[in-house]
Amino acid sequence: MTAAVSVALTPSLRVRLGWAVTDTLTITRRNLIVWMRVPAYLVFTLVQPVIFVVLFRYVFGGAIPVAGGRYVDFLMPGIIGQTVAFGSFATAIALAQELKKGVIDRLRSMPMARSAVLAGRLVADTGRMFITVLVIIAVGYAVGFRFSNGVLPALAMVLLATVFGLAICCISAFTGLAIGDEESVQAFGLIWVFPLTFISSAFVPIATMPGWLQAFAKNQPVTNVIDTMRAMAIGGPIETNLLKSIAWLVVIFAVFVPLAIRAYRRAS
Amino acid sequence: MSLANGGPAILVEGLTKSFGQVHALRGIDLAVPQGTVLGLLGPNGAGKTTAVRILTTLLLPDGGRAVVEGYDVVREAAAVRRSIGLAGQSAAIQEELTGRENLELVGRLYHLSWPTARSRALELLEQFGLADAANRAAKTYSGGMQRRLDLAASLVGQPRVLFLDEPTTGLDPRSRLGMWDIIRSLVADGTTILLTTQYLDEADELADQIVVVDRGVVIAAGTAEELKSRAGGDVVEFTVPDRGRIADAVAAIATTVGGAPHADYETGLISVGVGGRGSDALVEVVRSLDGARVVTRGLALRRPSLDDVFLTLTGHAAEEEDQSGGRRRRGRRRQVAGAS
Repeated sequence: MTAAVSVALTPSLRVRLGWAVTDTLTITRRNLIVWMRVPAYLVFTLVQPVIFVVLFRYVFGGAIPVAGGRYVDFLMPGIIGQTVAFGSFATAIALAQELKKGVIDRLRSMPMARSAVLAGRLVADTGRMFITVLVIIAVGYAVGFRFSNGVLPALAMVLLATVFGLAICCISAFTGLAIGDEESVQAFGLIWVFPLTFISSAFVPIATMPGWLQAFAKNQPVTNVIDTMRAMAIGGPIETNLLKSIAWLVVIFAVFVPLAIRAYRRAS
Repeated sequence: MSLANGGPAILVEGLTKSFGQVHALRGIDLAVPQGTVLGLLGPNGAGKTTAVRILTTLLLPDGGRAVVEGYDVVREAAAVRRSIGLAGQSAAIQEELTGRENLELVGRLYHLSWPTARSRALELLEQFGLADAANRAAKTYSGGMQRRLDLAASLVGQPRVLFLDEPTTGLDPRSRLGMWDIIRSLVADGTTILLTTQYLDEADELADQIVVVDRGVVIAAGTAEELKSRAGGDVVEFTVPDRGRIADAVAAIATTVGGAPHADYETGLISVGVGGRGSDALVEVVRSLDGARVVTRGLALRRPSLDDVFLTLTGHAAEEEDQSGGRRRRGRRRQVAGAS
């Protein structure tokens, strides 16, 4: 085939950019519809955090003293961080399923924007994270949690939680595409998400952990993000934790977005 | 379009692909004229799916060249994607969405406007007998309906070349016949089809040309009739109900007919090619089995099937290598050269 023909058949950059946007929105819309139609996803997103709130607020909470404040105020930012991290499982599982069923093959063999499948997944998941965060805050209010640091920091906390959730979703997107098998993805997810969320400041003050564990707990992203959210919600020193959180988020995006794109291109 | 000169819709030359130590394709050549059906036939692991994945731009080849509708699958992948449709081994549909929503989604991703995507979806649902189920979630569909929806999705973009990777695997016989009818009607409309299958009767029914691949190379090519004539003419086939006498039966007929009998030690089914000697050979087989006092059932002379072709060419049955996924598995046949 001559070059002239293929050039004529290649749409302009502007057209292709437009397609990238509309294709991403099309995929986003599909993902949100699917999310709303599968009861298990809704339960996973909404009921699980409620269980955790009740469990820690009323079962374990009484035995966990926190310095200078109420446990419920300490707890809620932790629950938010933990829930968005667990919520990223859905990203990995959905991509692994699409891979296995051949949906990704079908989409990759079509003349649509190749970036749209991943981008649409992440946009939809960001929306999902945002709704989840709002639900947990509502549940928190029902069990006595209150923002006590003003409206802007509270909004900043919601934003940080959502961006953190998106970052974790990028990791999950990579694992889902790289592993490509639903059960393995789920098992592997537990292996890294459980330690990261429980060996953190999410549920208990880190000072109560043994020294060797504190070294990990203090310096990992979940703790930094949750401490920042806590300071935003109920006050306290914020700057160091915020900088550390931003640094972690930048690193996660810089590493896992390219990895996820690569895994998508090679997906088979 | 690009092929005013009437060149082949699909042209493959010396295509190779390895995954680590596994050589999936070891130099494959194919040429599919426009508006015809090529049946790519071979057991699991023969390289069929790898070839389809390269031709549909999902996988880059290691070497060789593949051209679809005049476009190179590596250098002009975007143009290839505008010319093709793909229906893979499983139904690549979103089960939570309705049939109509599934097709509209695909239409939107082909950059059709909403009204066009909708009318195209309704048209295809009608064509594939899914109009009544259009507004039901695809997860409520039967296996056959899901596969029809999947095939409909591959046609939304009105492809000139359609790749069907084992389109009837896992379907019940009735759905399978329905799928064949649909494929025939697509061909009648001028679509070029490359069809992979493990079912020899499927290739026999649908394909204008058949290419047999095994372990990454083409081992035979031609029409079904040409391939059958290569299988050595007629076949005498019978069953030995007493498993303990199978070896005796094989030994008895191997000396009379000269060909190498194929014996299935699980079902007791024995077949042997007898060339053009037909009924004479049948009599000889009866005599020698009688002489060896082997009791048989259902002894008959028949025309060779593509199964026989496959056995002759590869020394193993088409579906011998089992694969996970609950695929239908036939009895294992072992080639017995001469007496056992």
